[in-house]
Amino acid sequence: MQNRALYLKVLSALLVFGAWEIAGRIPVSYAFPTFLESMAALARMTFDGSIFVAYAETLKPLVVGVAISTFLGIGFGLWIGLSARFDWLFSPIFIVMQAAPLAALIPLLVMAYGIGLTSKVFVVCIMSMPVIVLSTSSAVRNTPASMKEMAKSFLAKDYEILLKIIIPAASPMIFSGLRLGVSAGFIGAILSELKITPTGVGDIISYSRSIADYPSMYAAIFSIIVLAVLFLNLLEKTENYLFKGNDRGYVTD
Amino acid sequence: MVMSQTESAFANAHPTEQDIAVSIRGVSKNYGAVEALKDMSLDFPRGQLTSLLGPSGCGKTTLLKIIAGLLKHDSGEIIVNGKNVTGPGPNRAFVFQDFALLPWATVMRNVAFGLELRGVPRSEREDKAEKYIKGVGLAGFENAYPHELSGGMRQRVGLARALSVDANVLLLDEPFSAVDEQTRRKFQEDLLSLVANEKKTFIFVTHSIEEAVYCSDQIALLLPRPSRVHEMIRPQIDRSKGVDNIPREPEYLDIVDQIWASLRAYVE
Repeated sequence: MQNRALYLKVLSALLVFGAWEIAGRIPVSYAFPTFLESMAALARMTFDGSIFVAYAETLKPLVVGVAISTFLGIGFGLWIGLSARFDWLFSPIFIVMQAAPLAALIPLLVMAYGIGLTSKVFVVCIMSMPVIVLSTSSAVRNTPASMKEMAKSFLAKDYEILLKIIIPAASPMIFSGLRLGVSAGFIGAILSELKITPTGVGDIISYSRSIADYPSMYAAIFSIIVLAVLFLNLLEKTENYLFKGNDRGYVTD
Repeated sequence: MVMSQTESAFANAHPTEQDIAVSIRGVSKNYGAVEALKDMSLDFPRGQLTSLLGPSGCGKTTLLKIIAGLLKHDSGEIIVNGKNVTGPGPNRAFVFQDFALLPWATVMRNVAFGLELRGVPRSEREDKAEKYIKGVGLAGFENAYPHELSGGMRQRVGLARALSVDANVLLLDEPFSAVDEQTRRKFQEDLLSLVANEKKTFIFVTHSIEEAVYCSDQIALLLPRPSRVHEMIRPQIDRSKGVDNIPREPEYLDIVDQIWASLRAYVE
């Protein structure tokens, strides 16, 4: 079973890369390199170290922004889910944040916070925080009432109900919010490098496009996608490790 | 059936003040404009099983949750072991209709959860839980998760959890309504031996007339609109001939008919 899943993953990767290679060879566009050319460019950037320098730059706003969004986002989400007043006060902000077209806000952020790290961290947060907050708060609100009643009848204190019932029960939705939030954070990090100042991976993408070095451009895009997928897998593993019985859904479903 | 005079005197005697484990006095509860309970008074004798039976909407679950301290009553008194109570307490344990198990916890942790919340150290509570898991017939399933168990087994976990905290009043809210008919029959038999062996007071909400008559020492027949205790019935069924014979006793059949006659008008 395990082997079969792995086999299917490899097969689907081969299919996609094969199609990419063929499309590059036709070619569908002058600006579309083949898979092998892109991989060669990636290997070249890996060996001369330039990709690592670029990631050191890109990961700064990404990691800081995602970390802030995770802690603040889950915190706000719990609070909003627990208190109707807080919900009334803060939910609209996150809903507006989620709905706002980010690219249009970037000039405002640059005016307020300059072109440095702060603006980029803001972009990552605006992208990733709302979905984390909103999914956490709705998960908290939807905690099965009978579980809370059960804890209460067995003399749980309020903090025990939060730690032993509400958070574990909400964890599947919190984690799905985190997955969406983190992938939005990746988008935010690249967007900020393309829209604010070209640094890191965003710099590779825009610079290689301007000198028509398309293989390097695609290599950079490919690497960021791989990184995002690896990170999401890591998140899923963490969730399964922390809340073992939870992946099978609720008993009363 | 021949009964000695003392025996029949005991059987017909009304419980005295000291035997009452739970007593409710003039309890009212409103949900907005809706009167869920109005000035209700009831006594629950110690060591016996009392059923709250009635059509839906008669407030039987509301009453049980008020006794458990999960709902606040608007007026009146709930007296458990001689003391007025307003919230949940260590002397009462609840068995839920939908089991209310933690899906992320093993059978062991679920059964020990009540003790965990009371701050009992891990090894001690697991020893105790082990004993009750065995008691309800789930030995070998300690490390299983609830989703791996059948409905009946899940309710056994819920029952073991309630027994393990050693409360002397057990509140059961339609505990068998979510399990299949065959499991239900087995549960009812087990419940009778539980009442006989454990020195606990059972308050049992059900909508099944047969179940109430089969299991109960005393049945409080509740009627809705407004909610009230219509009748207290104390079935004098001779259980000494074995549980299989209970449904054949004339007393059993008469009481089932009598209750149905009272309820018929209230069932649409």
